[in-house]
Amino acid sequence: MTATDLAAAIRGRKLSAREAVTQALGRIEGQDGQIGAFLTVDREGALAAADALDRGGDFSGPLAGVPVAVKDNICVAGQTCTCASKMLQHYRPPYSAHVVDKLRSAGAVVIGKTNLDEFAMGSSTENSALKKTVNPRDTNRVPGGSSGGSAAAVAAGFVSLSLGSDTGGSIRQPASYCGVVGMKPTYGVVSRYGLVAFGSSLDQIGPFAATAADAALLLEAIAGPDKRDSTCLPQMLSGLTGLGQKLAAQTVPEAAKGLRIGLPKEYFATDGLDDSVRRAVMAAVETLCSAGAQIKEVSLPLSKYAVPVYYIIATAEASSNLARFDGAHYGHSAGEAKDIVALFSQSREQGFGEEVKRRIMLGTYVLSAGYYDAYYLKALKVRRRIADDFARAFEEVDVIASPVAPTAAFRFGEKSGDPLAMYLSDIYTISANLAGIPGISVPCGQDGAGMPVGLQLMGPRASDGQLLEVARAWELLNG
Amino acid sequence: MSKITAEDVRKIALLSRLQLGEAEVEKFAGQLESILGYVDTLAEVNVDNIEPFISAAAGENVFRDDVPGQTLLREEALQNAPRQGDGFFQVPAVV
Repeated sequence: MTATDLAAAIRGRKLSAREAVTQALGRIEGQDGQIGAFLTVDREGALAAADALDRGGDFSGPLAGVPVAVKDNICVAGQTCTCASKMLQHYRPPYSAHVVDKLRSAGAVVIGKTNLDEFAMGSSTENSALKKTVNPRDTNRVPGGSSGGSAAAVAAGFVSLSLGSDTGGSIRQPASYCGVVGMKPTYGVVSRYGLVAFGSSLDQIGPFAATAADAALLLEAIAGPDKRDSTCLPQMLSGLTGLGQKLAAQTVPEAAKGLRIGLPKEYFATDGLDDSVRRAVMAAVETLCSAGAQIKEVSLPLSKYAVPVYYIIATAEASSNLARFDGAHYGHSAGEAKDIVALFSQSREQGFGEEVKRRIMLGTYVLSAGYYDAYYLKALKVRRRIADDFARAFEEVDVIASPVAPTAAFRFGEKSGDPLAMYLSDIYTISANLAGIPGISVPCGQDGAGMPVGLQLMGPRASDGQLLEVARAWELLNG
Repeated sequence: MSKITAEDVRKIALLSRLQLGEAEVEKFAGQLESILGYVDTLAEVNVDNIEPFISAAAGENVFRDDVPGQTLLREEALQNAPRQGDGFFQVPAVV
């Protein structure tokens, strides 16, 4: 059942909040043993919240009684926030993220925390130090990452809504791999307060759902200004207000009429792009054209530098953000350290997994004396040029369409031997984080092996509403 | 092309406060060298007169009034402390 329908059923008293939550718990308890989407399920807290809602009788919140899963790098006070790391395995934050407060004011019930690549570093969820999550569509394949648990939770039907975070594609890519809708909003639309920071100029929290209308419903609930995050836009995006309801009620693909769709020639010329993925994406674009959209070839000439720019900036920011994990304030602490430097160095060696250490070291290197100008400062300037490429393209087109990833979901272990191969699979998603623009992945077909393939749509900053409208138009055309 | 030696890795590990084992040092040297070799392609990009892109946010400082607000209580801040005493985090002596 979609979140839209579930919320309506609860509001219309056809279903109590307790029943909705109990049913979700039943699905999770029955089948998550095979999928591994959840790290923790808050059975008691979720039922208590549902009961309070049923007792109070106020179902005016747009998500009243709807169970939502939250990626385990987003803090919920009193519950563990592990970041799928041994470093924070037992850590209980004393505060909740802004998005969690917003979810609860909308009446949603936070039902559990989902698995991820450790500290959101990875593209398959294989880097989780705590658990393995499989792709519900083929349990021999990865769900994608880093928000693999949140994507799988929706794809498996455990919940209709979940939250992920996206720094280089970590919502859009697992959405594509699992066959659900996933969106990274414009940077600044959703507060990062309470999101454990990885790359602060890149990170955004965003929705997973089975439909564009549900994704809009969730995004509207969590978006908006927050004084505790100084990078938040000062105003709520007006295009999101009431959008979920509006899209759910639409029966005609209005957003496709007159839509100018840009296809970046550099993206379709890449070697590693699987033919069946290319075909599925092009077929979706052509279907939008049949309803009145037009294609235009655009050029994003610096595309090939996006991955190196990202892996300098994201790792530099991560090396700074993860410096707080020192064995002294919270998290894992080494016993018997002979001095304070040993306390820090041993705690971090023991608490962090391999990918995390690799990225911290890369980040430290590119920021260090003698290398800062050639790497970090240079990357920031190339980033500006990449953002300018998009701004120029958006003078000619309304949205840019592309694949989300060069392939569909791969098998476990296929890419984990070569870090660089894993990084290169982020090629289509990374630029949106660098430029601060929104991007959405919508299911658009299958690859040669029958695995889901996502269509990515990107737009200018603040065009989040329009992207959701186009996603809805695509859904209507796709039947 | 940047060559990364084991000695380089040990220096970076010290800066990063990571006590790596010897086998890790060797492995990371190879991997970091390979990744840095890849990012070295940025050398070919012309960035004359280009301003660094620090953040997509407005680019203005956001201020609040200088009045005390709600803060984390001491007990809350110490809740997850591995070692504490007298209301402080405890660490090995620095002096």
